[in-house]
This record gives sequence, C-alpha cells and structure tokens, in this order.
Amino acid sequence: MFEWLSWFTRMENTKPFVLVLFSITFVLILLYVFTNRNRSKRLESYKNIPFQDDDEDGQSKDIKNEQ
Amino acid sequence: MVASSALGSTLGSTLGSTQVEQYNYDIVRKFTIMALVWGVLGMTAGVYIASELAWPFLNFDIAEITFGRLRPVHTTLVIFGFGGSALFATSYYVVQRTCQTRLFSDGMANFTFWGWNLSVGLAAISYMFGYTQAREYAEMVWPIDLLIAVTWVVYLVIYVMTLRKRSQPHIYVANWFFIAFILATALLHIFNNMAVPVHMFSLESYSLHAGVQDAMTQWWYGHNAVGFFLTAAFLGMMYYFIPKQVGRPVYSYRLSIIHFWALIFLYMWVGGHHLHWTALPDWTSTLAAGFSILLLMPSWGGMINGIMTLSGAWDKLRSDPIIRFMVVSLSFYGMSTFEGPLMSLKSVNALSHYTDWTVGHVHSGALGWVAMISFGSFYHLIPRLWGTKMYSEALIFAHFWLATIGIVLYITALWVAGIGQGLLLRAFDEYGNLAYTFIETVSFLHQPYVIRAFGGALFLTGTLLMGYNTVMTIRKAKKEQSEIDAKVAAKLANA
Repeated sequence: MFEWLSWFTRMENTKPFVLVLFSITFVLILLYVFTNRNRSKRLESYKNIPFQDDDEDGQSKDIKNEQ
Repeated sequence: MVASSALGSTLGSTLGSTQVEQYNYDIVRKFTIMALVWGVLGMTAGVYIASELAWPFLNFDIAEITFGRLRPVHTTLVIFGFGGSALFATSYYVVQRTCQTRLFSDGMANFTFWGWNLSVGLAAISYMFGYTQAREYAEMVWPIDLLIAVTWVVYLVIYVMTLRKRSQPHIYVANWFFIAFILATALLHIFNNMAVPVHMFSLESYSLHAGVQDAMTQWWYGHNAVGFFLTAAFLGMMYYFIPKQVGRPVYSYRLSIIHFWALIFLYMWVGGHHLHWTALPDWTSTLAAGFSILLLMPSWGGMINGIMTLSGAWDKLRSDPIIRFMVVSLSFYGMSTFEGPLMSLKSVNALSHYTDWTVGHVHSGALGWVAMISFGSFYHLIPRLWGTKMYSEALIFAHFWLATIGIVLYITALWVAGIGQGLLLRAFDEYGNLAYTFIETVSFLHQPYVIRAFGGALFLTGTLLMGYNTVMTIRKAKKEQSEIDAKVAAKLANA
C-alpha cells in the first residue's frame, strides 16, 4: 500500500523532486507577496502595528499603562 | 508627562479604583534583570577563560576552574542565561504590545522565569563539578534537559495562547520570528538530547544516536541553535525595537515576509558544514555548504531591511546612542553572515576549521549582533519598564564605544590567530614533512590571545557600566515614585 513511498528513498528521485518543490514554493511566495497592488498595500500597512498603541502625542502607552 | 500620568494613577489607586495593568510588565522586568546578571557572570567567565588561554597559570590546578569546565559555563551563561533571558523579556513585551493584549497567564509566565533561570544556574554549577553530556551548547545533564523541555513547552503555550487572544487581526512579523524560534528550539532540544540515563539516580546518560549520525545530530542542533536561537529570535527583536527607537516603520514589510520564509527554510539544512572532511557523507557536506551560500541572501535581505528603516533618520545616529547600538549590530550581522557562508566552503573550511578563526566568527555574531541588538533593545525598554529616563546617557555612549572597540579587537586578534594557526598546521617542508611542530603553532597564538582577552575585558566593562546604569535607573524610578506618593498624600491631607 505504501510502496510508492520507497520512490522517495532513492536520492536520484528525491534530490530533483525537492529542488522543484522548494523552488516552486519560493516562487509562489514571491508572487503572492509582490503581485496584486491591493494585497501589497495591505501587507505594507501591517508595518505600522508597533505604533498603533502609541498615544496621539507620541507618548508610548507603555509608560502610562505601567502605572 | 511620565510624572503626571504616574500622579494620576497613584491618585486613582489611592482613591480605591481597581486599575489593572493592561500588560504584564512584571515578567519582562524580571527577565531583563536576569539577562544582565547572567550577562555579567557569563562574560566574566569568558574573559577569565580567555586569560587562561593566554596565561595558563590561571588554571591554578583547580579542576573546577580549568578551561575545560569553565568554557561551557561561559557559553551557557551568555547564550542561554543572557541571550535566553533577553529573548524571554523582549518576546513577552513584543507579543503584548503588537497583539495589544495581556500575556495569556501570569502564573505560567512566572513558571518559565523560575524554570529557565534554575536550569541555567544548575547547568553552570554542574559543569564546574564535571557533570556534562559533552554535546556542544547542550552540555546539560538529562534532568536539566527535562526541566528545560517542560519550561519551553509552557513558553510555547503562553505565546500561542497570547497570539490567539490578540486584539490586532494581523500577527506582526516580529512574532513570526519569535514563534519560529520557540518551535525550532523545542524540536532541536528534544531530538539532540534523546538519551538513556545510566540509572534513575545517575546524572550520566548515553546518547540515543551513534557514530556519524550522532555527530550530524549534534551539528544539526548546534547550527540551528545559532540559526533560530541566536538569529531568528533576535531578528524578531530587531523588527520591533529598531522601528520603535527610530520612530519609523520597517522599510519593507513584504521584504520581511520573504526574509522570514527564506531564512527559516534554509537554516535547517546547514549544520553539516561543521563536519566537512570527516566521516560525514560527501553529498551531505556539499548540501550543507550549498544551503549556507544560499543563506547569504535572506540574511542580507534582513540586514538591508533593518538598515533602510533608518532612511531619512540617519542624523539620529549623532545624538542617539541606542540607534548606534542597533546600526552596529546590523553591520555585524551582515558581516558575520557573509563570513559564515565563506567559511562553509570546503576549501576555506580546510584552513579555518579547528582554528580560532571559528571562535572569532562566532563572537562577531554573538557579541556584534546578538549582544549589541540586545543592549540597544534593553536601553529602549528599561526606561519604559520602570517609567523613567535612563540614569545616564553618557554611560550609554561609553558602553557603546567600549563594546565596539572590544569586539573589533577580539575578532581581528582571532583572525590573525586562526588564519596563522591554519597556515602553520598545514605547512610542509620540501620533503613533505610538517614544517612546524604543534607547540610552535601554540606559542604563535600567545600574542593574539592576549589581545583577545583585552578586547573581551573591554566588552565586559561596557556590560558592567550598563548594569550600573540600570541599577541607578531603577533606584531613580523608585525615588521619583516615592516623591509622587508623598505629594499625593500631602494633597489628600489638605483636601
């Protein structure tokens, strides 16, 4: 039933297989991240998260919250 | 502002309101203090063993303080004591601030504090008395390994549960690095330390792995300790504290996503480059070298992302010593992640391996990158944790210069030591015999070792200044708080 798994035990199969698998995955991540303007905009908006719990005057909440 | 908010809150609590801290900063404070304590102790041990190498009489024929026993004390205290506590502190801070929620469980967080610090302390003592399982960076005997495993699982639970109850829909990228570090470290720790104790009440054990597979497992662990513990996690620190200190968001969030996935994928494969020219199969060694070269790309991608965050704010370098720490840390990160792939090439490794070049490389990463980004992050964090300003900015500047000059002296001395040593060890005369005796290669090292010890001492002095500055800051905060309390009491008495 699981004999097909033995195909992976042969290095001449596994090496090119993982090369193609990992390369495609990496390209897909690149495409996901850098294509589609709206998605790019949304992803870039997350960079502001560390500043979202600051007060309007720039004073960090961390000092205030501590009290 | 600080004083007024403190006054308001004190008034609130005096008047009986039940104000609860939004975030758990108590645990962050505790880990911050312990990071500095372990840092000072670990670096002192480091300077002492560096001096033992330069002046062997310092061993004093006392077994407990010989180089062989103090060396794991040094590595454990600085990596796990200082680095680990710094990561607990900053990760607990960052996850709360970026998820805008309180830590999942105060009790469990306290458990990680005691579990972790107990493990580090017991490990250091046990090494001095000769108890070790002789696995590099994992010398702890099996009962301590078990304590670490339990502590680590609790850490993972706290982190995941805090992420689950976040107010912020997106998980900020710093947390990705922290969670990858926690998961990978759990995996590494458990598989590397699988062992059978000699008997129930013995500290000795036998590894479950054998021969070359044992070596492979050790370096799979060893290099990923560098990759996930000393790199990925500190990148999490970098992605939060640099933007906060500079006052600008990270240069490219999309680049940080690519950086994350490429880095965590590539690191897992490179451990074999520590075993070039050994019984390790040649293809494994080549694969590790190939992935090491590929690692240069995400590493430099991350460094560029950090450096570019300063675009338009470079003038702050003149006046802000904390940003200096951060920029220098990124520079060392870039330099050591260039040097690492270079040293992973088999031909370069034939020269560099088993020499002090490796030790210098590790320290350019550990002191230049890990310690400097931690110092920068702590200088950002400490005033916020205790609600005051740092006691002395001049001392931060002094710390910066002592640390930077110390590292430069340290690594250049070990470049000379390592490359010289490598060349001497493989020099042949016209008849094909070794040109130098072993003792000649050892005596050559004396001068660089003296300079290395001096560089390390400078770095330690800087850390001591930071410790003093922190203690004085905490005292100042307490004094300010008691003055506010007195004012409030006076106001209430007059009312």
